[in-house]
Amino acid sequence: MKKTYKIDVDCANCANKMEMATKNTEGVKDAVVNFMTLKMTVEFEEGANPKEVMPRVKENCKIVEDDCEIFF
Amino acid sequence: MNKKQKKMLKRIGISILCILILELLPLKGWMEFALYMIPYFIIGYDILKKAIKGILHKQVFDECFLMAVATVGAIALGDYKEGVAVMLFYQIGEWFQSYAVGKSRKNITELMDIRPDYANIYNEQGKLEQVDPDEVEIGTIIVVEPGEKIPIDGIVKEGNSTLNTSALTGESVPRSIHEGDEVISGCININGLLKIETTKEFGESTVSKILDMVENASSKKSKSENFISKFARYYTPAVCYGALALAVIPPVVRIVLGMPPVWSDWIFRALTFLVISCPCALVISIPLTFFAGIGGASNAGVLVKGSNYLEALSQVTTVVFDKTGTMTEGVFDVSKICNATIAEEEILELAAYAENYSSHPISKSLQKAYGKPVDTSIIANVEEISGQGIYAKIDNHKVLVGNDKLMKQHQIEYPICNEMGTLVHVARDQDYLGCIIISDRLKKNAMVSIQELKKNGIKKTIMLTGDHKRVADAIGKTIGVDKVYAELLPQDKVEKVESLLKECDEKHKLCFVGDGINDAPVLTRADVGIAMGAMGSDAAIEAADIVLMDDDPLKIVKAIKIARKTLGIVYQNIYFAIGIKLLCLFLGAIGMANMWLAIFADVGVMVIAVLNAIRALNVKNL
Repeated sequence: MKKTYKIDVDCANCANKMEMATKNTEGVKDAVVNFMTLKMTVEFEEGANPKEVMPRVKENCKIVEDDCEIFF
Repeated sequence: MNKKQKKMLKRIGISILCILILELLPLKGWMEFALYMIPYFIIGYDILKKAIKGILHKQVFDECFLMAVATVGAIALGDYKEGVAVMLFYQIGEWFQSYAVGKSRKNITELMDIRPDYANIYNEQGKLEQVDPDEVEIGTIIVVEPGEKIPIDGIVKEGNSTLNTSALTGESVPRSIHEGDEVISGCININGLLKIETTKEFGESTVSKILDMVENASSKKSKSENFISKFARYYTPAVCYGALALAVIPPVVRIVLGMPPVWSDWIFRALTFLVISCPCALVISIPLTFFAGIGGASNAGVLVKGSNYLEALSQVTTVVFDKTGTMTEGVFDVSKICNATIAEEEILELAAYAENYSSHPISKSLQKAYGKPVDTSIIANVEEISGQGIYAKIDNHKVLVGNDKLMKQHQIEYPICNEMGTLVHVARDQDYLGCIIISDRLKKNAMVSIQELKKNGIKKTIMLTGDHKRVADAIGKTIGVDKVYAELLPQDKVEKVESLLKECDEKHKLCFVGDGINDAPVLTRADVGIAMGAMGSDAAIEAADIVLMDDDPLKIVKAIKIARKTLGIVYQNIYFAIGIKLLCLFLGAIGMANMWLAIFADVGVMVIAVLNAIRALNVKNL
């Protein structure tokens, strides 16, 4: 299952770091962060519940870049 | 400017003022230190805060951390001014980046903004009402006033007007439309009031599909983008370890050699390293270039589904075309009647009667050329002979209308005809009457586009078609393609493209251009699939990687030029940014670069790279 979320982040490298952090989150199969459109597309693993996974994603992103926001 | 940027601009202004005042005062010792701390904290408090948070999260290669170490280090060594300046310029750079990116983001999205905000429909009282286009059902009558965007695809029920399609096609000549014409969403109605019956839901309409495609385009990342983000992951740590080594190893060696260690000098050199270590210039400029390139392309009527396709298109050296609908209009017309033994009109009449029940494009063109109503009461026993033609009994005469095979089958002698086009023989009661020639018109720009492709370094141009070899060869010769493969079934086309793909490699890619409807498998198989004339054709939008909004073959050349320009800028930015950074690192290591040069390597390079990236948006004169 794929879902797209709006994000807010200031620098391009931070967006790349968020992408890595999201990819390494449990329940996430793949993720793409698009800095230009400020969107994050997350592909969830089979059976994963986005409602449970997304808070973890946000937590991991906050670690690598404190100044980021994901709207879900 | 958003709130964050305005606040930052104020902080930058106040700190510059502070520094200028401090510069005028004769300061010494701890007073100087204390006073310089004022602008330092004004400009850098958030960086320091984030640096501390970074340490707590074990994110030491965070750029805030690097900036904090570099500036605190410089201040500790007594270079207050440099310390504050580095922080100031770093923030100016960040501000500029955020402003420039925000601005181009806005420009590009505005450029692509073809989203209609509302649709006018009649409510129960019969009055016009503005509603969300999402709520309009299929078959509803919508009203589009002059100056408004057509919100949903449909058919014109009432009114004549001209439409501005430039937002979709890049074509500046308005298109005139009349009652009964199909119109697509996203066009702007210029002069007349139109009543349109919708044929699709908003979500399925052209405008929604295009928006969806373009918005997701930059999520499909190109190899250059992946390279740069990978590079950034290793670059920063590598430079940081380099800085550490530079701070420790040379002084230690000097101690061993019995020389004074000059710690402060080496530490200062190490600090310049840290300033150069930020990868932002690299990381921002590449996706920004692609984004601008895709934005510019869509403004010119070339929709690109991903950065990766733009990259692949720039490496294309073989272009394979479909014939019908791509190089030719795909509209069949009766062009001539030859070898006639009776009046030409009579031949046409017989053919039109015989083909009356067929929906084949050839039959349609015969009916169109005849142009008069058909008296169906005199037609009997119509039999369609697959791959040959039609046998019918008209007015008690046996009439045969079809190709060479049909004539041979019925042992009818026919003269050879060398006209270009599809031949339709007509015979009545075993007597040969004549031959109708139906041909497809070449597109206006077909020849020019092949010439332009060759001028732009395309090595091979190949045409594939299901049509007869004779017709295909003649067209191939006229437009000047290198090779023609004719009489191919759809699966043969895939095979042909696959064998052609074997001759290509990483640097020499193959692109296939088709009209999308029956070319879908080939479009997916080629390195880059380009679909033409997507105004309304869903299959084209689905299967292709790049969609040309109008069906002008010259747009292929334009698409390739846009791709090359974009990739050119991408490489300029990669080489320029990495080159300057490495040069400054080298100069820093041998002690030739001071903090100021380091700041240029960081902020200056980024500013230049961003400005260069935005150039990709301008594709008008390509």
